[in-house]
Amino acid sequence: MNIIEKIIASHSGNKSVKPGEIADISIDARVARDFGGPNVVKTLEEKNLSIDDVNKTFFTFDTNPTGSDQKYAVNQHIVRVFARKHGIKVFDINNGIGTHTLFANGLAWPGSTAVTTDSHANILGAIGAFGQGMGDKDITAAFHKGKIWFKVPESVKLEFIGERPSGIYAKDIVLNLLNRFGANSLLGKSVEFYGKAINKLTLDERITIASMGTEMGAIILLFPPNQEVMDYCEQRTGRKLNNIEADKDAVYSETHQIDISKFVNMVSRPGKPHDTVDIRSEKRVRIYSAFIGSCTNGRMEDMRAAARILKGRKLAPGVVLKIVPTTDEIWQQCLDEGIIKTFKNAGALFSNAGCAGCAAGQVGQNGPGEITISTGNRNFPGKQGKGSVYLASPASVAASAIAGYITSEDDIPDHAAVFDFISDEVENIDIKHDSAEHPKKIRKYRAGSG
Amino acid sequence: MIMEDNIDTDMIYHNRYLQITDPLEMGQYIFDNLEGYEDFAKKAKPGDIVFTGKNFGAGSSRQQAVDGFKTLGIQAIVAESFGAIYERNAINAAFPILTYHDLSSLDLKDGDTVKIDLVSGKLTNISNNNKTIIEAFSEVQMEIYNNNGLF
Repeated sequence: MNIIEKIIASHSGNKSVKPGEIADISIDARVARDFGGPNVVKTLEEKNLSIDDVNKTFFTFDTNPTGSDQKYAVNQHIVRVFARKHGIKVFDINNGIGTHTLFANGLAWPGSTAVTTDSHANILGAIGAFGQGMGDKDITAAFHKGKIWFKVPESVKLEFIGERPSGIYAKDIVLNLLNRFGANSLLGKSVEFYGKAINKLTLDERITIASMGTEMGAIILLFPPNQEVMDYCEQRTGRKLNNIEADKDAVYSETHQIDISKFVNMVSRPGKPHDTVDIRSEKRVRIYSAFIGSCTNGRMEDMRAAARILKGRKLAPGVVLKIVPTTDEIWQQCLDEGIIKTFKNAGALFSNAGCAGCAAGQVGQNGPGEITISTGNRNFPGKQGKGSVYLASPASVAASAIAGYITSEDDIPDHAAVFDFISDEVENIDIKHDSAEHPKKIRKYRAGSG
Repeated sequence: MIMEDNIDTDMIYHNRYLQITDPLEMGQYIFDNLEGYEDFAKKAKPGDIVFTGKNFGAGSSRQQAVDGFKTLGIQAIVAESFGAIYERNAINAAFPILTYHDLSSLDLKDGDTVKIDLVSGKLTNISNNNKTIIEAFSEVQMEIYNNNGLF
C-alpha cells in the first residue's frame, strides 16, 4: 500500500484498501474554527447530538482572532460557552492558525488523521499525517461519531531529481509545481514526494509546499517524514512514534519525474494561484503593498528570511508591509530573536498570529488599483479586496517591499524607486544594469497583460 | 450555464459572509464575486439547474457555498468535475451534484429544460429531445440523499 492507503486502512479496521473504496475512517483530531465552528455548534444543538470523545475534539480560533467583527465576536462566544459546557478544549484567540496548532501541540503526528473546517488542513501532509478540510456538516459528523466516510483516492508519485538551486525557496518549489500541474490535473489525488532534494526539506519548507495542495486540487501532498520531522513530532507528542512509509510494491496511478535543478524564482500573477511565471517576466512591476504570512508562509524560517533581507533597510516610499506569523509560538520567537525590532525598524506592521488576509476584515486586504505582493496561497479576484495580488516567497516579497517594485532577493537596489504621488511617474530609480533580464523601466501592472 | 473551469468558493460565496450561520441568509450572496454573474441570486428561479466546467467549488471548505444554492431552490449542479471538499459538502447536504464527460450532443442552451435520472445518469434535453449519459449518483451519495443529509 502507499501512504494514504496505509493511513486509511489503519484507521478503518481494514487489512488493506484500494482506490475507489469507501471507508469509515476514525479521526484522531476533530476540529472546528471560529469559522465553521458556530455552524457545527448550531447543528449539534438543534439535532441534540452528543460528542463522541471530548479528548479528541477541539476548537481553534484563527480566522478572526481579534474578534474585530461583531458577528465573529458573537460566534466565538457561542463556541466558548458550548465548549465549556462539554469540556472541549478551545485554542483561543491568542494561539494562531489551527492546523499549525495541531502538530505544534502533538495532536497530529505521522500516520494520524485530522479534520477541520480549514481547506488547507491537508497541510498535515507535511508531517505525513492525513489532514482534510471539510464543511461544517462533515465536521459535525466527526464531532458526533468520531468517524467520517471517505473515498480512497488514487495516488500519484513525484520523483525529484537534480540539485536544488540556491536561492530557490519552498514557495518557489510549489509555484513551479503549480506551473506544471495547474489547478485540476491532480484533482482528487493523493500525491507523494520522493527524491534527494525532498529528503532534505525542512519541516517549515514541507509545510509551505503541502499547504498549496489545495490550489492544485489535490486531496493531499504527502511527505515521508525525515529525521527532523520525526524528532519534532516525538518531542511535541511526548512519545516514541513509528514512521510511515509506502510499501515497496505500492501502486500509483501516475509517476512523474521532476528536475528540481530547473526550478526558478516564481510568482503567481493576480487572479489565479496557478497562473505562475518566472519572476523575471514580472520584474519592475510597481507595487503598493506587501504581505508576509498565512498558513503557507508564516513560519519561523519565513520570518527569518524576511528579517535577513529587511535588516538595516527601509520599505520603499509609499509601500506598506504587513507581517503576520502563523502561531503565537513563532511570534514569541520573533520577539526573542530581535526580529520584531528588525521589522519595526524597516517600517513594517507586525500583527498577532492568525490566518490574516485570507479572511475578510483581517490584516492583508487591499483596494482598487492597489498592487500587492503576498506570500499567501490564494489570489482569486476579490478575495483580499478589489486590488490585484501576486503570490511569491517571503524573500521575494521582502525584496520587492524594499525596491518598490517586483524583484528577487538577488536584485535589490541600494535605493528604492521613488514615485511622484500625484502623477505616479518614476522620479528616481537605482538600477545599475539595463538588460533584458534587468530592465531599467518600471512597469505598471495591467490585468490580462503579458 | 457557466462554462468556466476552477470556479473557486470565494467567487461562489465570498469570505466576507463566512460568519453567517442561518441558511436562509446565504442564498442572496451566491456568485456575487463571480464576474458577469453578480446578479445570479436575483435572477435564479427555484428549479434551476447550473451547468459548469472543471473543478467547480475549488478552494475553501465553506459549506455555505453549497447551502446557498439550496436556499435559492437550485435543483442541481452539473459539472465536468468538482473540488474535492465541495463534492463532499454537497453530498452531505443531500444537494444533487452530477459530473459529465461530454455534453456536446445535447446542444444545450440557457433556459432549456432538462431531465436527469439520478439512478441511471440519463440526461435528456427536453427542449430538443437530445440525450446523453452522465455519471449517475454513487452509492454513498444516494444513501445520504435518501436520508436527506448526514443527520
